[in-house]
Amino acid sequence: MENLLFLIYAIAACGGAVGVALSQNVVRMAFWLVISLASVSGLFFMLGADFVGATQLLIYVGGTVVLLIFGVMLTTTGPYLAIKTNPAEMIQASVVGVAFLGVVLSTVTAVDWSGNRATLEHAGLVSRPGSYYQQGEGNTSRQIGTALLGVRFDQMEQGAAASDEAAHGHHHDGHTHADHAHGNHAHGAADHHHETISASPRVGSGYLLPFEIVSVHLLVVLIGASYLARAKRRVEQAA
Amino acid sequence: MDPVGLSGYLTVGAVLFVCGVICMATKRNAVGVLMGVELVLNGANINFVAFSRHTALGLDGQIASLFVIVLAAAEAAVALAIVLNFYNNHLTIDVDRAVELKG
Repeated sequence: MENLLFLIYAIAACGGAVGVALSQNVVRMAFWLVISLASVSGLFFMLGADFVGATQLLIYVGGTVVLLIFGVMLTTTGPYLAIKTNPAEMIQASVVGVAFLGVVLSTVTAVDWSGNRATLEHAGLVSRPGSYYQQGEGNTSRQIGTALLGVRFDQMEQGAAASDEAAHGHHHDGHTHADHAHGNHAHGAADHHHETISASPRVGSGYLLPFEIVSVHLLVVLIGASYLARAKRRVEQAA
Repeated sequence: MDPVGLSGYLTVGAVLFVCGVICMATKRNAVGVLMGVELVLNGANINFVAFSRHTALGLDGQIASLFVIVLAAAEAAVALAIVLNFYNNHLTIDVDRAVELKG
């Protein structure tokens, strides 16, 4: 079943991409782009990344492609609907593209990915055997939100990442903090015991700074885009 | 566990990337070049999410792909503003006509 779904989505994504590359009409290119991007979001859902898949559908298919289609409608009049590419250029590009695809695909197939991972885990460089999908398929939006703040529920310190144990660990962590706040040192040994058996999420710097940078970047970009899009008319009025 | 494995997703990502590069190189329509850029970014996104699922990357790959999606939206907005300006100046969006800076 999963193989069949993957085959459908992969063929739709690759076929849409090939259609974008081969089509000469801009509107048809936009249509093939919608097909390709929607299939890519289906692939994201199959990979258990439900939040990224939903974001792909909302922002890419619902936002960016609509923006592109508006650009097509505003700039394409009659004779400019299909600007033909030189056939010789197309042949050159397809030869170069096939060669490039061969290089990339040979790289993909030459690397033994699972063997590499086993080697890393054996060397102790990868501490956690499981990943975020251990607690069930998908359901990543809360984990992504906490990861943006720096609390990584997908990277347990002790390696025991089962959900009930994680909840237990939180319970005990709360107790240890309360005990430290009370200055009660009699429970020190018990606290240490709890910390060794409990799995607590890794707390780091997180992605808060990149998130802020991206949000400021979006604001600047939108202001700049609106300025760029309306600057020309002013010059025309002056001239 | 996923029966497809990492290589299938990487193959799809590679096909999208190569199609995007071909699109960027051959299209004479500026909006077509933009669509090529979108395809390239999507190929990279597939790789990010596939590695986040199949390796020890964890959620980092998904967060990186989210940033890529947001930055692609910003890039499309700015590039479309530039394309509209170019259309206002030249009455076409054929990128081969932009030859004022040619030496």
